[in-house]
Amino acid sequence: MNGNAGANMKSLGSFRRKFAPWNDPQAKPFIAIENVTKKFADFTAVDDLSLTIFNREFFALLGASGCGKSTLLRMLAGFEEPTAGRILIDGQDMRGIPPYKRPVNMMFQSYALFPHMTVEGNIAFGLKQDGMAKGDIEARVAEMLKLVKLERFAKRKPHQLSGGQRQRVALARAVAKRPKVLLLDEPLGALDKKLREETQFELMDLQMKLGLTFVVVTHDQEEAMTMADRIAVMDKGKVMQVATPAEVYEAPNSKFVADFIGNVNMFEGRTAAVGNGKIDIAVAPENFTIRTDATKTCSVGQPVGFAIRPEKIRISRQQPVDPSINSAFGEMWDIAYFGDMTVFHVKLESGRIIKAASLNAVRTVEDPLSYDDMVWVNFDADAGIVLTS
Amino acid sequence: MNTTWSRFNIASLVLGFAFLYLPIVLLVVFSFNESRLVTVWAGFSTKWYVSLFHNQSFIDAAWVTIRVGLVSATVATILGTLGALAMTRYTRFRGRLLFSAMIYAPLVMPEVITGLSMLLLFVALGFDRGLWTMILAHITFSMCFVAVVVQSRLVTFDRSLEEAAMDLGATPVTTFFKVTLPVILPAVVSGWMLAFTLSLDDLVISSFTSGPGATTLPMRIYSQVRLGVTPEINAACTMLIAIVTVGVIIASIANKRREVQKARDEQAAARN
Ligand SMILES: Nc1ncnc2c1ncn2[C@@H]1O[C@H](COP(=O)(O)OP(=O)(O)O)[C@@H](O)[C@H]1O
Ligand SMILES: [Mg+2]
Repeated sequence: MNGNAGANMKSLGSFRRKFAPWNDPQAKPFIAIENVTKKFADFTAVDDLSLTIFNREFFALLGASGCGKSTLLRMLAGFEEPTAGRILIDGQDMRGIPPYKRPVNMMFQSYALFPHMTVEGNIAFGLKQDGMAKGDIEARVAEMLKLVKLERFAKRKPHQLSGGQRQRVALARAVAKRPKVLLLDEPLGALDKKLREETQFELMDLQMKLGLTFVVVTHDQEEAMTMADRIAVMDKGKVMQVATPAEVYEAPNSKFVADFIGNVNMFEGRTAAVGNGKIDIAVAPENFTIRTDATKTCSVGQPVGFAIRPEKIRISRQQPVDPSINSAFGEMWDIAYFGDMTVFHVKLESGRIIKAASLNAVRTVEDPLSYDDMVWVNFDADAGIVLTS
Repeated sequence: MNTTWSRFNIASLVLGFAFLYLPIVLLVVFSFNESRLVTVWAGFSTKWYVSLFHNQSFIDAAWVTIRVGLVSATVATILGTLGALAMTRYTRFRGRLLFSAMIYAPLVMPEVITGLSMLLLFVALGFDRGLWTMILAHITFSMCFVAVVVQSRLVTFDRSLEEAAMDLGATPVTTFFKVTLPVILPAVVSGWMLAFTLSLDDLVISSFTSGPGATTLPMRIYSQVRLGVTPEINAACTMLIAIVTVGVIIASIANKRREVQKARDEQAAARN
């Protein structure tokens, strides 16, 4: 999708890597959500939630269906008023400001294209409300049509377009007014998988080109990981963690987040020893000891969790050097082949299943692991993470 | 499934249609009768149509009917649409149940009662009965029909269209005229046509609420018939039937065309 970027131009990624205003204590947030609660009758959809979003950030709200993501977005757009707390956009308190006076635009999950207007008419609608001159509107509409590659479809009505084309009209209409913030509710939800992946990069490209702040709601973690600078993981109206995709994946702050994002092996146990920058965790039924880097300060005897991703576990028929630490022996129970990688399920004597994934870097393997093999799994001290909540 | 036609099926179909349309066919046929007698055929003639157009009282009645219909249907459509909006949008106001029951009640209320109560009201208020009291009465009863038709469209209306309009900077008023109204327009137009037709053929309520000098076509026909049926009346009725039939045919052809076009467009969209 970056076909127009010249060979001497820097890639999108090189800009994005340097972008981290949330680490800068001087940086002023562009959107500040302060202790916002939203109740519908006696049901709390958003619960005392605080967040800051920075200018030009691509921010994702990620969570299961019904956790309050859309409600939060609708409060930013002005369709719902917070029951308590306040929202500041560009330093201005948004309380009582109707949707048509807010510096944000929204792309709706259902697209909400006006069925009685052409593609052009839809895109021009917002510009007309601003009282823009006719010539300027035409120029802007043409520019938007070019941006989303719909020049040929300008005179069509929404029902004469395919799903992907409608999605692009909705996008063009929402960015036509150059809002400071674009809110996107499940923008790719209605597209099929292949189109969705293509469109992810188009969205990122567009956000960079226009220099906008994006707040996107999604329940698809891969989508959030691909596109966002930072992700807020939500559960039952609360934010569980706000961090970059890599941090959310590699350093989840809770069992919920570790479990919600990607695949994980979760162990419960008690700390047996603490010291030398290491923590020993005794995992109960297996009598199995984990020695891991001390990513948290813990006291001896404290109940803790330990999370480790399948791809960080090695699997082999050979016994590891020190089988008493970070190792377990079991039976090959299941093999899931995905082409690029294979996920092995190893069943320990206790009945626990350990998931280990390995990349299929070569096309053929001599004597591959197969069902009923007895295998060892083991991992390094820095491969997993200690969780206390 | 058995799709062959039994004799019983055919017989009942013929009988049913005969029952429905024979009187109308007779009425139309005898409007072209040469004779003054409405039961004896004496050859083809259009003279009753000619005499109808020279009958000033019929022309006046037709003019009154059309004015009452246009004004009452238009006002009833505005009020009915607003009522339907209130019913679907503000779902939690106090007394909503009572209000919605009150919208439906006039639909099933015997016309005699509606007419009589209107008459009593106008008398109590000291209104001179005439064209305007009749228009008021027609607005009252046809408004409910409009509200019901528009309401059934509004319940399937996607509210996010309005939100999108406001999000793009349109005030609530602009949103209504630029988005809501155009989208529900077909239902509003059907509501208007329904109100107009109801007004056109109303006899009972009109009789109660009109006064001297404001006689509608149905009232004229009815009073004339009591003095004996003339082919002139047949001619008047035939013309009414023709107008309604042409209206219905045009409406259904337009509707069909739109559907076919839409299906074709959607297929085309799916292809590219
Ligand atoms: N207008 C409303 N009235 C009552 N309940 C609502 C309303 N809007 C949302 N909810 C409820 O709030 C919860 C969160 O909804 P939503 O924000 O749409 O979730 P998400 O977008 O994360 O799937 C849901 O349980 C939903 O039923
Ligand atoms: Mg949602």
